[in-house]
Amino acid sequence: MKRVQFEHSAIPYLFIAPQIIIISIFFLWPSAQAIYQSFLLEDAFGLSSQFVWFKNYTDTIGSDAWLQAAGFTLIFSSLVTFLSLALALLLAVKANEVLHGASTYKTMLMWAYAIAPPVAGLMGNLMFNPLIGDLYNLMNQFGFEFDHKLDSVDAGFVVVLISVWKQVSINFIFFLAGLQGIPKSVQEAAVMDCNSSTRRFWTITFPLLAPTTFFLVVINITYAFFETFGIIDTTTQGAPGGSTTTLVYKVYQDGFRGADIGGSSAQSVVLMIMVLALTVVQFRFIERKVHY
Amino acid sequence: MDRPKLSTHLILIIGAIFMTLPVWVAFATSTHAPETILREGLQFWPGPHLIETYNEVLFVEGGVMKKVTATEMLKNSMILGIGFAIGKVIISMLAAYAIVYFRFRLGVPLFWVIFMTLLLPLEVRIIPSYEVVANMGLLDTHTGLIVPLIASATGTFFFRQFFKSVPDELLEAARLDGATAWGFFIDILVPLSRTMIAAILIIMFVVGWNQYLWPLIMTTKEENYTLVIGIKQIYQVLNEGGELPQFQKAFALTILATLPPVMVVLIFQRWFVKGLVESEK
Repeated sequence: MKRVQFEHSAIPYLFIAPQIIIISIFFLWPSAQAIYQSFLLEDAFGLSSQFVWFKNYTDTIGSDAWLQAAGFTLIFSSLVTFLSLALALLLAVKANEVLHGASTYKTMLMWAYAIAPPVAGLMGNLMFNPLIGDLYNLMNQFGFEFDHKLDSVDAGFVVVLISVWKQVSINFIFFLAGLQGIPKSVQEAAVMDCNSSTRRFWTITFPLLAPTTFFLVVINITYAFFETFGIIDTTTQGAPGGSTTTLVYKVYQDGFRGADIGGSSAQSVVLMIMVLALTVVQFRFIERKVHY
Repeated sequence: MDRPKLSTHLILIIGAIFMTLPVWVAFATSTHAPETILREGLQFWPGPHLIETYNEVLFVEGGVMKKVTATEMLKNSMILGIGFAIGKVIISMLAAYAIVYFRFRLGVPLFWVIFMTLLLPLEVRIIPSYEVVANMGLLDTHTGLIVPLIASATGTFFFRQFFKSVPDELLEAARLDGATAWGFFIDILVPLSRTMIAAILIIMFVVGWNQYLWPLIMTTKEENYTLVIGIKQIYQVLNEGGELPQFQKAFALTILATLPPVMVVLIFQRWFVKGLVESEK
């Protein structure tokens, strides 16, 4: 809030109206609908519906398919978050050290930000295609008996690899900005106090980067939950046997392919609660702990 | 600082190759004949079919119904990217102005309503959103494609942050000169936000261009495909039909879908990075 402000009048309502109208029609109303539909059971033709309380919840959340998707989402998001953060941090630290060619490295490491997840997915899919895919053959040359169409671990590997590839650049941008924000005086003092650059990193630099890291953890989890939809839809489509289906992909599959509106809505609501919980954790827990 | 070691450069070079090689291979492979690709696999150097492939992809109708060219999809993607970016900037600047510069009764509750949109992405309410747009008769229209995507508040928070950093004295002086609320906004605040507007436009263009799930469910006609959703549909067609799989075309389409947002990010790199990093503070 500003110290100096305009007088109370109808004017602010005019300014804020466009956004509020759009939010009401395309956000509040559909969200309320999702919650409402999650308590309804519709017949196959969508002609009549019946209020069934929590039946949709108990039916879907308890099902093996949902639990499998939840398990995969958990492993998948942890792997994608950890690997893309670790890789980006390593590259950002190194890019912050060099003087020659720094801007070339930066450009090459960050430009993939602009590529859409489904486009990255399709490129990966083509490269792993057994008909042309050298990657496919390469994996098999190492004796992995690699087949991402049939083997669920291999399929998971492909999805994680592409998702990490796509996410490294944005993490890199934020880590580099964070590193460049560390004052020169702190760095010089650190060099005097401590000879080993590895120890210097873990005792000085990394704690100073903590706010950036925590912010990025939340961003990456959200990415792994939602934005990887495009990657999964262009590579495995959740196969084989639903082993690479994330929770969001299942909402889409059940709702649009399976026409199970109630069950799909119940899953949506559970997802909403998960995201809200994540946000509360971020605000309560992390904000308090990570301010130096 | 001590001189960087060789290993530092080595790590960076490997990283740079990891991030760029896949796209380069996609481009190189797209310039070869389908027979070559099938026989030899992925290609690392450009071949002789560059013009032929891209000419065919851009100007000859493809897809299930044979109704759409990449040129049309490029146009649709441009409309989505630019429309989304401009719409977002206008809507969110106005809202942020109301939030920062006015004290009004519903100010705080409305602020929280806007804040809520940050938490729940479109994906979790995709079916009811689809129903709303369908009921309004907006399927397969630009309005139906763009407006629901503008609902989220990322831009609003960015401008709110920026407006708060504008010195209070500016408003005091403007009011002494008798400026109206609209006058202060358009004559002082908008010119002052030029760089920020540019940065947000760039980021939002990329975000809009790259939209996938929403365009996928709300466009039914091939003529309305954007590149990002069209390439998958066309890829499926290219793989079927008994002829030689046209991998070079699939690769060419991924390159075309990648090129515009990448160019924007590369050309405006400084603004883009600044906008991205500043907006999250």
